Amino acid sequence: MSDVSRGDDPPYPPVRARSQAIVSGARAETVIRSGYQRVLPPVGDLRRLKSGAGSLRLIERHVRAYRHLWLVFASGITEPLFYLLSIGIGLGVLVGKVPGPGGQLVPYREFVAPGLLAVSAMNGAMYDSTFNVFFRLKYDKLYDAVLATPIRPLQVALGEIGWALLRGVLYAVAFTLVMAIMGLVTSWWALLAVPVAVVIGFAFAAAGMAATTYMRSWQDFDYVILVSVPLFLFSTTFYPLSVYPRVVGVIVECTPLYQGVTLLRDLVLGAPGPDLIWRAAYLVVMGVAGVALAARRIARLLLP
Amino acid sequence: MLRRVPEVLVRARGLTKRFGAFTAVDGIDFDLFRGEAFGFLGPNGAGKSSTMRMIGCVSPPTSGELTILGGDPVRDGVAIRGRLGVVPQEDTLDIELTVRENLLVYGRYFGLPRKLIAERADQLLEFVQLTDRADSKVDPLSGGMKRRLVIARSLVNDPDILILDEPTTGLDPQARHVVWDRLYRLKQRGVTLILTTHYMDEAEQLCDRLVVMDRARIAAAGTPRELIEAYSSPEVLELRFAPEVHEAAAEKIKDLGTERIEATADRIMLYVDDGDEALERVRGTGLEPLASFVRRSTLEDVFLRLTGRRLID
Amino acid sequence: MGVSPPAALAPAPGSWELTVRSLRCWIVVYRRTWRSSIWSSFLGPLLYLGAMGFGLGSLVDSHGTAALGGVSYLRFLAPAILAIQAMQTAVGESTYPVFGSVKWNKIYIAAQASPLRPADIYRGHLLFNTLRIAMNSAVFLIVMAAFGAARSPEVVLGLPAATLLGLAFAAPIGAWAVTVKEGSSFNYVFRFGMMPLMLFSATFFPLSRLPGWLLPVAYATPLWQGVALCRGLSLGTLTASAAAIHVGYLAALSALGIWAGGRTYRRRLYV
Repeated sequence: MSDVSRGDDPPYPPVRARSQAIVSGARAETVIRSGYQRVLPPVGDLRRLKSGAGSLRLIERHVRAYRHLWLVFASGITEPLFYLLSIGIGLGVLVGKVPGPGGQLVPYREFVAPGLLAVSAMNGAMYDSTFNVFFRLKYDKLYDAVLATPIRPLQVALGEIGWALLRGVLYAVAFTLVMAIMGLVTSWWALLAVPVAVVIGFAFAAAGMAATTYMRSWQDFDYVILVSVPLFLFSTTFYPLSVYPRVVGVIVECTPLYQGVTLLRDLVLGAPGPDLIWRAAYLVVMGVAGVALAARRIARLLLP
Repeated sequence: MLRRVPEVLVRARGLTKRFGAFTAVDGIDFDLFRGEAFGFLGPNGAGKSSTMRMIGCVSPPTSGELTILGGDPVRDGVAIRGRLGVVPQEDTLDIELTVRENLLVYGRYFGLPRKLIAERADQLLEFVQLTDRADSKVDPLSGGMKRRLVIARSLVNDPDILILDEPTTGLDPQARHVVWDRLYRLKQRGVTLILTTHYMDEAEQLCDRLVVMDRARIAAAGTPRELIEAYSSPEVLELRFAPEVHEAAAEKIKDLGTERIEATADRIMLYVDDGDEALERVRGTGLEPLASFVRRSTLEDVFLRLTGRRLID
Repeated sequence: MGVSPPAALAPAPGSWELTVRSLRCWIVVYRRTWRSSIWSSFLGPLLYLGAMGFGLGSLVDSHGTAALGGVSYLRFLAPAILAIQAMQTAVGESTYPVFGSVKWNKIYIAAQASPLRPADIYRGHLLFNTLRIAMNSAVFLIVMAAFGAARSPEVVLGLPAATLLGLAFAAPIGAWAVTVKEGSSFNYVFRFGMMPLMLFSATFFPLSRLPGWLLPVAYATPLWQGVALCRGLSLGTLTASAAAIHVGYLAALSALGIWAGGRTYRRRLYV
């Protein structure tokens, strides 16, 4: 088996001759210095995959893997629509009119709809970037396989977040259309609702993915719920800030979803102010920090 | 006639990997040449997998020198990984995809064009005899099929080096032989293999050269035959005695002198040049074994001598 | 030398003993994980009560509560949240955990190799889920009482009522979940089952707001039965005949589920 002869022009010397090079480091050094071997030229000529391209490959994988589950994805849009419907039919009548962004009274359903859009952008993004990422990280071992290829941790993080946003965009477009059809949109500023929903999704997808890298088991996801449910309930989604005592109001004003709700409500109800710029900046910064942390954590977990 | 100079694909000097206070790999040296099959042999926990992960550029070395395809694993990791094929110890197949999709998607991770991957996927499925399972999900495949699929997947980028971490652990004998057969064909085509195993027969089947790792270090290196020559004798005489005379017999044979002997709980092994002659000498002392057996030395003898002392001494 | 037969087989333990053995496994798991589940099971409903009952309630109450029969929105909503929580706990605990016990951590597969029969495995898990529902309901009832969200002392009967409601969801859904091939099917239960039930079963607004043709549908849902039962107890307006109907409906649904569970578990585990 060992001393296989490979024809009369062997691509390398017989095994026995080479094996002597290895037996001790010192001897190998001599052999190398005598010019008997050559080391390959550096691999720098290889094309590096661009960050974006690497992330797209991961998205491509998800498209393939979930093609047959399109109905599950599409049906996700029903959740905020059910809320909207229940408010339109029932709750709206109980509440009547509430003060809108400019202080003028607006029907309750017009008030709530943009809030629900923000919530659905958050929830959709969180679902993909927490549960699904955890599954791929711990059970599917997807990233172990991916990181053995030229794809880098940052590209994994960007790919996952990109995928979550893709889904978010679909939901946001559908929801905005329904809002418009139901006559809940009163301003052309509402055209910005979809991009803003994407920014909200980006912030929460990135933060969710970073948090997921710290999860030890499924039980830890209860902590995700611990964060997302209060955000959903208290970020002025269902009633204006004026309902709270001053102290609580200030705390709410600092939370990320409140920025998203305010952004969308002001745009959809046609009362945008300059404050929207730094509210958007808040979300972008949160997203960028999340991506950076997620990439670092993936590298630490999978490339020790 | 010109002789082509061998290319060193991987070169390690003083390569070390520590996890906190634990040293997984402790200053090892080796060279991997183009076209050969190079094996890391050793018991569990010897540092084989850590070494493979360093070569796979998914685990930065703690210290020492490691050059892969002329590049540095940390600085050039992306480019190097693009030219490696990896068969990890645990299958990392994508369970949400079909057999064929596993190849298509994996190829895309290397940035290869879809058309090229599709062609290669067909050839590779043919090569690992999975063509008829191409559209099956991964989950229902047998262990051997999954292993073959991982091997096919690792070849999708036409790698310069194929890294296999315990390629046949957990497979039944038939499945192991199929995997060996495929790997042997790859070797004949000139693919460079680097593999770990704790099966001696696998090492003898596949490896041109190997190193025996033990406790994070390289205990010995060479071709299988060299290792046997250096660390064992041409023949081994195995003797069994009735339990009540076993120890006395062992003492008596030790007094016989010249050869290396090993006494385990049930057997006495004499490492000798000529087994039949040794058996005659044992009989000459008046001992009559219940059973005797002369065989050629194998890598297993080398392995146990180099790594098995904890159980023998 | 004669051949002797092996020692005689011991008589098999009774069903109840085996069910308790199966339950014990889940209690051991819960002892390790209860801390993190506190948040989702206790705090979640409290937050709902705070945000909707107090926050939104302040808007509703100032607009007028005639449509609610004159009770404050907090008192209208609290028993509905009790019922919703029982449903959510029941569905949550009898979908993925059941599915995962076959597919992921294989708790059922391990239990199957013991003397436990499939029906024992099912009933043990169901019993555990019922205990969880009862615990969550008890905590929520205490908070309800503390915030004055209940009007009648009958509200203590809300504990068995909510538990029965939970059982009426957990028994049939668990029986179905064990047969499921892909976990993604549960998404449909959440989206097209639980979500509309939660929003349209006289929970956040009275049924009178629904179009007339939808009323019979609402009456036929188990959640509405449970909400009506809990609200009647909490407000002290429940009549004996209404109570009999609600309890009878929920008990029948539970019994049907338990019967089905024994069969589906056997089919799934003894293949």
